[in-house]
Amino acid sequence: MEKFEAIIVGAGLAGLAAAYTLAREGVEVLLLEKGDYPGAKNVSGGRLYVNPVRELFPELWGKAPWERFIAREGVSIMAGERSLKVEYCGDELSREPYQSYSVLRAKFDRWLAKQAEGQGAMLVSKSRVDDVIIADGQVVGVWAGGDELRADAVIACDGAMSLLAEKAGLRNPGNPRDYAVGFKEVIELDSALIEERFGLEGKEGAARLFMGEVTRGKFGGGFLYTNKDSLSLGIVVAIKDLMEGSPAVQAPVLLDEFKQRPEIARLIKGGESVEYSAHAIPEGGFKALSRLYGNGILVAGDAAGLAMNIGITVRGMEYALASGYYAAQTVLQAQKKEDFTAASLSGYEKMLNNSFVLKDFMAFQEAPAVLDTPRFFKHYPELVGNMMKDIYEVPAGPKDRLYPTIKKYLPLKEMWAMAGDMRKVMKI
Amino acid sequence: MSTMSGLKAKLGLDVFKPDSEPHIRIKPGMEKDPRLKRAVLVCPAGLYKENADGAVEMTTDGCLECGTCRIACGTEVLEWNYPSGGTGVQFRFG
Repeated sequence: MEKFEAIIVGAGLAGLAAAYTLAREGVEVLLLEKGDYPGAKNVSGGRLYVNPVRELFPELWGKAPWERFIAREGVSIMAGERSLKVEYCGDELSREPYQSYSVLRAKFDRWLAKQAEGQGAMLVSKSRVDDVIIADGQVVGVWAGGDELRADAVIACDGAMSLLAEKAGLRNPGNPRDYAVGFKEVIELDSALIEERFGLEGKEGAARLFMGEVTRGKFGGGFLYTNKDSLSLGIVVAIKDLMEGSPAVQAPVLLDEFKQRPEIARLIKGGESVEYSAHAIPEGGFKALSRLYGNGILVAGDAAGLAMNIGITVRGMEYALASGYYAAQTVLQAQKKEDFTAASLSGYEKMLNNSFVLKDFMAFQEAPAVLDTPRFFKHYPELVGNMMKDIYEVPAGPKDRLYPTIKKYLPLKEMWAMAGDMRKVMKI
Repeated sequence: MSTMSGLKAKLGLDVFKPDSEPHIRIKPGMEKDPRLKRAVLVCPAGLYKENADGAVEMTTDGCLECGTCRIACGTEVLEWNYPSGGTGVQFRFG
């Protein structure tokens, strides 16, 4: 039996942030990772927004292995045979400090692990944690590959499935209603071609979201991020919608069809797929969060359900980094009090409440229910596509006036339904 | 190339390290449970298939460990764990 001051399970962003923060304060911390290296099991879209976590680790960001800073934000509404693209760029996106960057997690997480190790954290990879050790109702350690490892506090950062939080009795197996699945390809493409195709210069990058036909009207959308010399192209779709069919479509088919869309095919042309990955994403919001702490244990990152989809952004990495940081701060406080009971660790929830993490989750708690409207993903994209077609079409004969052209798509019944959707959207 | 044969090629891009035993199993007697059929649709790696008898079969070869089948089908029909430490998929990009 070995004893540590703290054990962290899972070297994703939550676990790495917790390990880094604790090690920096001289805490004897063991970080367990089941993959060959940190990042080996981790998948993200992926883009990281720095502003919310900049002050938590100010010394780190200048040296981080970013792919590109995001200077162009695009949204495409896709109908069956046409699409409407809106692009936003602005000086503020191209000025330091940059707001967000594309990342590849195998590289990023390995780098962050090096920083944590540099502060004195002990990283053990290839180690799967099988169970928690509970004594007198208190988590006092974990079992990993037959080893009994003890600690004053355990931080579960084992991702969206968090078998550890389940074993500690802090959550139940996930409900399909509260999760999406994301799957993506990394497609290598010459950096000069990327810059030309997306209108970028130097380290600038682009982020694109696609909604509508790309998920066949199911809740979700497509995404594309430019990396240094590759593209991350994928789809996020609600598990409930996918499993209920109507229309029944196998997940991989959606990505194949997405790649074949002319809008996408020309962006990835000549590129070579080098990896296919997938991950479940908690996006049930505030109401679907797990219990955040128990006796001797804290839960952070995806494990606690801390990812959020509000339509235009799907975010998880900042919440993972921040919750890992606050979990570590909680352990530091508990050490001073020499008390690791749930009552003592409840400070964690207070810290999250006072930070952007739970403030965001409370502010956007209606988003999952509001966005779960098939009209957003099927009806509106087709409507917008048809309107564009008629507005831009110049026929052989006389062209209709613009107002009647648009009005034809907006009968009273449609206006009424739109007003209803608008009222719902106002809750976000 | 059909999607499902293309999928094999896609999974062939990934690095997998073999485990000594499958980390996901259909619970005995549950092969025809309707909940399992959801996995045929949701699995991004296309590892679940319904055979002619209406029973669902699966393999863990090519599993991306996303957990979607566990969430969609539930733990009453699937025995689900991560592969042993240092085995299973090892993403090089993520």
